[in-house]
Amino acid sequence: MNAYEWMQTGFLFLMLLALVKPLGGFMAKVFQGERTFLSPLLAPCERLIYRVSGVEPEDEMGWQRYAGAMLLFNLTLFLALFVMLLTQHLLPLNPQQLPGFSWQLALNTAISFTTNTNWQAYSGEMAASYFTQMVGLTVHNFVSAATGIAVAIAVIRGFVRRKTSLLGNFWVDLTRCTLYILLPIAMIAALVLVSQGVIQNFSSYRTVPLVQSLSYDKLKLDASGNPLKDASGKPVTESATAREVTIPMGPVASQEAIKELGTNGGGFFNANSAHPFEHPTPHTTFIENLLILLIPGALTHTFGVMAGNSRQGWTLLGVMLFILIITFGVLQWAESSGNPMVSRLGVQSSNMEGKEVRFGLAGSNLFTVATTGTSCGAVNTMHDSLTPLGGMMPLSLILLGEIIFGGVGSGLYTMLAFAIIAVFVSGLMIGRTPEYLGKKIEVQEMWLSIVTIIVAGVMVLMLSGIAMITPQAVAAMANPGAHGLSEVFYALASMANNNGSAFAGLNANINFYNLLGSLAMTLGRYVPAIAVLAMAGSLAGKKYVPPSLGTLPTDKVPFALWLTLVILIVGALTFFPVLAMGPIAEHLTMLGGI
Amino acid sequence: MKEIKPAILLLIIFTIICGGIYPAVVTGLAHAVFPNQAKGSFIADSRGRERGSALIGQPFSAPQYFWPRPSSTTDFAYNPLASGGSNAGPTNPDYLKAVAARVKVYRDSGVTGPLPSELVQASASGLDPHISPEAASLQVPRVAMARGVSEAVVRQLVAKTTEDRQFGFLGAPRVNLLVLNLELDKLPK
Repeated sequence: MNAYEWMQTGFLFLMLLALVKPLGGFMAKVFQGERTFLSPLLAPCERLIYRVSGVEPEDEMGWQRYAGAMLLFNLTLFLALFVMLLTQHLLPLNPQQLPGFSWQLALNTAISFTTNTNWQAYSGEMAASYFTQMVGLTVHNFVSAATGIAVAIAVIRGFVRRKTSLLGNFWVDLTRCTLYILLPIAMIAALVLVSQGVIQNFSSYRTVPLVQSLSYDKLKLDASGNPLKDASGKPVTESATAREVTIPMGPVASQEAIKELGTNGGGFFNANSAHPFEHPTPHTTFIENLLILLIPGALTHTFGVMAGNSRQGWTLLGVMLFILIITFGVLQWAESSGNPMVSRLGVQSSNMEGKEVRFGLAGSNLFTVATTGTSCGAVNTMHDSLTPLGGMMPLSLILLGEIIFGGVGSGLYTMLAFAIIAVFVSGLMIGRTPEYLGKKIEVQEMWLSIVTIIVAGVMVLMLSGIAMITPQAVAAMANPGAHGLSEVFYALASMANNNGSAFAGLNANINFYNLLGSLAMTLGRYVPAIAVLAMAGSLAGKKYVPPSLGTLPTDKVPFALWLTLVILIVGALTFFPVLAMGPIAEHLTMLGGI
Repeated sequence: MKEIKPAILLLIIFTIICGGIYPAVVTGLAHAVFPNQAKGSFIADSRGRERGSALIGQPFSAPQYFWPRPSSTTDFAYNPLASGGSNAGPTNPDYLKAVAARVKVYRDSGVTGPLPSELVQASASGLDPHISPEAASLQVPRVAMARGVSEAVVRQLVAKTTEDRQFGFLGAPRVNLLVLNLELDKLPK
């Protein structure tokens, strides 16, 4: 790393740390219903929304009702988007006259955006109309993020409240989150992005003449649009000349801002955040990177404030930062060391395949760890083309369960499940009843924590196994050998953990991945969410146990180290064998030559 | 099931706010304050004809132009309707063959020494408008010879179109090739 890259990295984390406290404190106020500086403007809107939709804000819910409202809302979201995608060709704002989605792709995409995954088996500029992007996907980006945050807030209330069954009102949490937190930040961020060159318009695609026209071999297509093949199975081509190109347009900035802020990650264009219209300058790299980490980071402080001890939050944030920085270091080392098989051809060492010049190595790598540590999944680098050990870093961050900052809300509640497991294991070691934040951790909490952290991992391993014996799934690999396994494994890990990024060579728009992926995204989102809500319900009913001499302090460095170890051990035990067959095997191949 | 009513109504309300009002306000403000950026940063040549977006690269291959990075977009290189990378894995034999072929093109044009990686490795978007100043520098002799102008003139244009790290430390220094090649075309013949 050169001095500039150190500065760039340091500046990002310093800005993040500087914003955690004010934003985290602000969010605590919002969810505790206190007045904030936005109240004079937004409180009337909020009351109007409740009146129109029939919500009684004082009507608090127990965990079953909270979970039920959350699920019902998400079902509504899914159905609305599913129908919108199927009927896209009948809806307005479709200047390119794009057709509707197939039902399999519509199912996958609707679930993907409802579950905050934003896995995309379609190409934005070729398949989605402005109406779909703006009225469908952008709205889902907001409310799926708000859903995750609402659940996290209910879980915090479960820890904090005593002898009650009530966790708050889902509709109120959802509304406040969208109005007070997501919309204002997204609005400002979108304008900053436009200032840098992110487009925001409703024009039809623009055709311009090329400065130098280009001769190329064009694939010949048969009547049904499939490539023609000759007798030996090679595609038939004819020579053609491109004299002009068509440049896609659209309301990109408004979607880009919430896509990063809500850790959604679904790109307006196929190239996602690598596309110059989504991500035109190094400044936007910094802004978007910060937006990705902002809310998941700040929620740790919201947790600390609501729990009455902000050090509890800083401890979790410390663990997240520690693991994120280590994976960044490995990735930066791997990518600057590059690929010896390419260097041997007379090329400098750093790996630039699938990267953009304007971001530089550090800008690409910081974004890569941020987008996979959180469940964002936007990419400014093609993860498929990372060096093997480099590519193992985003993969590992996903496999750890999206807790290294994690998705907005979901990162925090999954991390809390890990904290409970850490407390429980250490409690067993020192022979005391485990407690966390003054609540006794008993069998039920343990069960629910284990369900929360294990469901995605079990699905990833089982579905990868099924994929490997399904010819259709194997044929979708774009690269041969160990790398192909990494592609499949990454795809299923990404969907089960609601990340949404990909080793994108894999041809994911086939029934196998569309349908099994839909299942993985749904279970990966709602099983943990319901489990933590159930746990919150159980914890809220317990009385407060004041700390005694035998209580393990969970707001100090030793606990942070212990928690880090527990996370790494659980991750390594579950996934090391697959990692050895995929990226590690490929790394050895790369060093030894073919 | 008394939650069905808020579920449906809140979705409608948020669709109006987040899917209607929010993008409309952003669009309105963007066009008032940054109209050029919001429309796509299009640039014109010396005769005032629109020649593309400064943010979207183009597939130059003639010797008198600076060559951009390889692009893996479908149909043809730098096809803006098909943004995306090669997604080639680092040990993929087809990928290594493609890189070797690209190296050969530069060797044939007279470039020696280790090549900057971005010149022979495809970008993530397939539309990367930039290369590093180093990668531009080693193309200067070819461009100058093809145009029959002195290397100093070409170098001056490269220096003029080089963008430094933003705010002095963000990202990497880079040369925008559409801008640079349009500048070259403005040189007196």
